[in-house]
Amino acid sequence: MSEVRRSHARVPAPEGAGELGAQLREWSDALRRRLPPWWSRALAVVAAQLREWSDALRRRLPPWWSRALAVVVIVVGILLPLFFSQTSDFLNATLIALAYVVMALGLNVVVGFAGLLDLGYVAFYAFGAYCVAWFGSDFFFKAHVHVLVSGVASHEIGIHLNFVLILVCAALICAVAGILIGLPTLRLRSDYIAIVTLAFGEIIGVLAVNGTSVHLGGGMTLTAGNLGISALDPPYFPGLGSLNTLKLRAWYWLILAILLLVLFVNLRLRGSRLGRAWIALREDEVAAVSMGIPAVRTKLLAYAIGATFGGMSGVFLGAYYTVIDADYFAFSFSIFVLSMIIVGGLGSIWGAVLGALLLSYINYYLIPDVLNSIPRDLGLNFDLTQLSFGIFGFLLVLVMILRPQGLFPERRRQLELTAAIAPQDAELSEPPA
Amino acid sequence: MEAQSISRIPLTSTTPVQALRRYIGRWGLIVALLALPAYYGVRDLTHGYQVGYNAAGHAVVRHDLSQLGFNFVSGLSNGSIWALVAMGYTLVYGIIELINFAHGDVFMIGSFTSVSLWATLGLGLATGPLGLVFGLLATLLIAMFVCGSLNVLIERVGYRPLRAAPKLAPLITAVGFSFILQNVGLLWRGGSPVGVSDLIHENDTMFRISGVIFHRADVLAFAVTIPLVFALTWFIAHTRPGRAMRATAQDPEAARLMGINVDTTISLTFLIGGMLAGAAGLVYAMYETTIWYFQGFDAGLIAFTAAVMGGIGNVRGAVLGGLIIGCIQQLSDARLGPQWTPAVVFGYLILVMILRPRGLLGEETREAG
Repeated sequence: MSEVRRSHARVPAPEGAGELGAQLREWSDALRRRLPPWWSRALAVVAAQLREWSDALRRRLPPWWSRALAVVVIVVGILLPLFFSQTSDFLNATLIALAYVVMALGLNVVVGFAGLLDLGYVAFYAFGAYCVAWFGSDFFFKAHVHVLVSGVASHEIGIHLNFVLILVCAALICAVAGILIGLPTLRLRSDYIAIVTLAFGEIIGVLAVNGTSVHLGGGMTLTAGNLGISALDPPYFPGLGSLNTLKLRAWYWLILAILLLVLFVNLRLRGSRLGRAWIALREDEVAAVSMGIPAVRTKLLAYAIGATFGGMSGVFLGAYYTVIDADYFAFSFSIFVLSMIIVGGLGSIWGAVLGALLLSYINYYLIPDVLNSIPRDLGLNFDLTQLSFGIFGFLLVLVMILRPQGLFPERRRQLELTAAIAPQDAELSEPPA
Repeated sequence: MEAQSISRIPLTSTTPVQALRRYIGRWGLIVALLALPAYYGVRDLTHGYQVGYNAAGHAVVRHDLSQLGFNFVSGLSNGSIWALVAMGYTLVYGIIELINFAHGDVFMIGSFTSVSLWATLGLGLATGPLGLVFGLLATLLIAMFVCGSLNVLIERVGYRPLRAAPKLAPLITAVGFSFILQNVGLLWRGGSPVGVSDLIHENDTMFRISGVIFHRADVLAFAVTIPLVFALTWFIAHTRPGRAMRATAQDPEAARLMGINVDTTISLTFLIGGMLAGAAGLVYAMYETTIWYFQGFDAGLIAFTAAVMGGIGNVRGAVLGGLIIGCIQQLSDARLGPQWTPAVVFGYLILVMILRPRGLLGEETREAG
């Protein structure tokens, strides 16, 4: 009984949103009275016509339309960096944004698909980034391991693995870490899951900062703390050469390739048996378990897969930033990625992609590169970087109040939220794309 | 959890594993909490601890429990600040099931308001005791008023329009407000910790009880916290608005049907939470004598941990959790080193979640069921 109430009983909507709301309503009423009587009918006619056109357009489109669109988007994505210089700020912001898209897709598996609120996602970013530091630099100076690395790196001390191998290692480590983090949360409810994951994320962050006092023998430590681990091997591909931090196009193509892989896996997962099991568990755990869904395995797989994607993105970001500093791995990072998928629309793959692009462009391009010059152009002596926190927070509040379901909500969730819906629109039986 | 509630159906026979599990569920957390002080207490008695050097230059080692007692006194006074913040978390969570991420930053604004008010009122190191008492009382009232109103405003703008929205939407507006408030703090006092004048000479010894030193700051923290906790518990238990708060926390719809104005009750909850955070902000500024815009973030996480440890939604639990977290923090600061303290605190949080998810004093309420 209490379970049923929990999911549906909410504090009832407010009666009146106070003075301001009353004033606004009064104004809108006055406006409506002033408008001619045929106004609403005209509006309805226009809306119906628009809907008819868009439906007709959708019917006219050939069945291969969505695939063609995907190909066009991918080709544009591949060609995009050619329009920008190798060192442009926009390209820098774009490839960071793509890395965040990978993060958001990973977190979307855990939070969006499986409904397990994870506030410690930064842990997997940390694991991924430290994999680059551990397996691709001279940090473990007592070891001498070289696998498929460039000529320069193959003569250095330390562990040097090929970038792809580091990606695989990070994916494996993160999957195990994800399962370990998931294990104690299996019996808990959503808010408590959030708390346990938050605590894990914080512990990993503290470990990263204090790793200098965790000795591994031979004078080697776990991390370099706030000093940062630098001199990382740039990603090297046999036959293609190493990436150069001053040539951003190659970095862009690398993260685009990772993104396309992750996106493909995500799209296939959503419609798969596993993806449907996640959604079933999210919607009603008792019903899902009684239908024979193995709750433990399904949940742990969600954690593992989400963590894997986070780790892969962490490997890329670590290699791209060229320094692994423990200060990166703060709680605010988890919140940043979570904001992306909620702003985009929880559980929706395209929502996660667009939410991540939107928020990272705001954070890494709009605020530092575009908005910052406005006060100077207006002749004001005022530094906008000091306000970047506040602007970001304000935008979060604004988006949520205007569109609480997110910008591009998952269709299933959209249906839940708008109960009164025309039958022809209720395409719950539509096979997943 | 559904699966768990199924397993709770009493079976006809109890296997040893089930008995063990129940035993761990009942006592495991208490044992885990006592392990840390017990270990260091035994260590102090057997190995002793160094208190300084004598005239001959030899280390003076003592074998008693007064160092542990001192850790506990500072832990309890530090924890009473967390208790004040944690009560705000637990009240809000109990009534609308929202982790109010902006709460820690309201606490920070409380500190900043208090420190600015001292300057306005002319409180300084030279102020006499009478002026200090009145000045601090005035500051306390104003800081509580400012933070309470701020919290109500945040609820009005950020959370109320989202009551019917998906559950995670208000969480994100809370994060947004947290960022906005941090930015306000950043613009107000700059990006690095600011020292504030040590009005009460917080490290002067007030008195000793069998070798355990009580600093002025400790006494101040207790003097502010204890009356507020009693006032709040009395308010919730015995007044009409308090009953309305409890009813709304149990079942908002039924409360509305019984004629309770749910919106006003929720606003009141935020007002009280904000006022407690304001009081905590003042005490924190005097206790730590440094403030900075990011203090609210850490304090928020710690206080939230405290609220969860005590049993979220339970006011007495929040106080107990705050005090326990304060003691864990002090023990860890003094023995392991402050850099490990967050890891220790969060490690305990995970232990709580594994051993006793409903918290120490948590009951089977709407959210813990």
